[in-house]
Amino acid sequence: MSEFRERPWIIPLTFLAALMLTVVPMPDWAVPYRPEWVAMTVIYWAMALPGRIGIGIGWGMGLALDVLKGAVLGQHALGLAIAAYLAIKLHQRIRVYPLWQQAVSVGAMIALHLLLVLWIYGITGHKAASWAYWGPLATSMALWPWVFLLLRDLRRRCCLR
Amino acid sequence: MVFLVLSLSLMTLDHRFGHLDRIREVLEVAVSPIQYVVNLPFAASDWASDSFAARTTLQEENERLHREQLLLRERLQRFEGVQQENARLRELLEASQRLEQRVMVAELLSVDLDPYKQEILLNKGSRDGVRVGQPMIDAEGVMGQVVRVNPLHATAILVSDPSHALPVQVIRNGLRTLAVGTGSPERLELRHIPNSADIRVGDIVTTSGLGGRFPPDYPVAEVTEVERLTGEPFARVEARPLARIDRSREVLLVWTGTMPEAEPAAEAGAAPAGEAP
Repeated sequence: MSEFRERPWIIPLTFLAALMLTVVPMPDWAVPYRPEWVAMTVIYWAMALPGRIGIGIGWGMGLALDVLKGAVLGQHALGLAIAAYLAIKLHQRIRVYPLWQQAVSVGAMIALHLLLVLWIYGITGHKAASWAYWGPLATSMALWPWVFLLLRDLRRRCCLR
Repeated sequence: MVFLVLSLSLMTLDHRFGHLDRIREVLEVAVSPIQYVVNLPFAASDWASDSFAARTTLQEENERLHREQLLLRERLQRFEGVQQENARLRELLEASQRLEQRVMVAELLSVDLDPYKQEILLNKGSRDGVRVGQPMIDAEGVMGQVVRVNPLHATAILVSDPSHALPVQVIRNGLRTLAVGTGSPERLELRHIPNSADIRVGDIVTTSGLGGRFPPDYPVAEVTEVERLTGEPFARVEARPLARIDRSREVLLVWTGTMPEAEPAAEAGAAPAGEAP
């Protein structure tokens, strides 16, 4: 009977894992390609459970990211709130896409998030003016199908709908 | 919409006015378990390699350290003599005394921060007496300074950050300039050096102490490139930081002058040695 009980704590757990993956040290050559774990997780949950995971949670995760990375408070929060908003707005359409199309749409959301973050970098005087800045976008899109399948599996096991 | 306005106002408050230091401190403590957990495997592997090292390796290391200590002690003896002499001469010149300094070893946490800012996280915080603005050095030279503290950790900005500038002077002739970060850990830019100035490749620059933040005479960088541009008022001079900015695992935090609860500096000045040579 415990098979069918909801286990909602899996959501904060995945967020925690995403935050940890964001600060795990990587070899220097890989640093520009670190996928946007937090953005992917926020977008997934906003798409899968739009009633439960809203813009507020996206914003809160962004704030956690800001603090963790030592960025200006609100920088990632702004980007992620908008990404979550788009995910909720479009969830019915994106959910039925095949995986690769999903990856493209999610890529668009992450690109918007990165663009906003880049603007704020520019405004606060930390230029990151090289193409390497967009590395995370490519890896996030490439990894999206796996992240999606993993999180969907977790969600089904924990009976969340 | 609400969140948009909220983030924008947060950013303005944080960036323009710095009102949110208190809140940031609380939030930083709240996320520190994440940093702790991420750091854990690296700390564990360090510990393991320490405790399972072969006996011969340890013996070799021990021997090497003994030799090194002997050499350093010999140098320290001479240094103390010179220091006393320097103090006496300064007295004669009625110049102010150099301040005593105290240092503390801090370790880097294995946590990647924002790749577009040159910042690192240290395992000492305000609980250990660390405060904002404190200089940070390693065994080779100046690394940076502390920009944020919370009770558990401190964040330090490196000299190579583009928003960091450090008043320095060339050790050979006292030429003063500014060392500005470029964003690459291998390169600093020395600004506002006239084309006619006497500076060449291989010159060592040290802190000048003019900013009031860094104590004078700590080595900073070695000049690697001097390009005199006719037509431009200043030469383009580049230098390589002496500190092993992207490799050091341990750093030293320096207190200068009087600290509220400063313990007496263990080494400098306390010893009664010092005949004039």
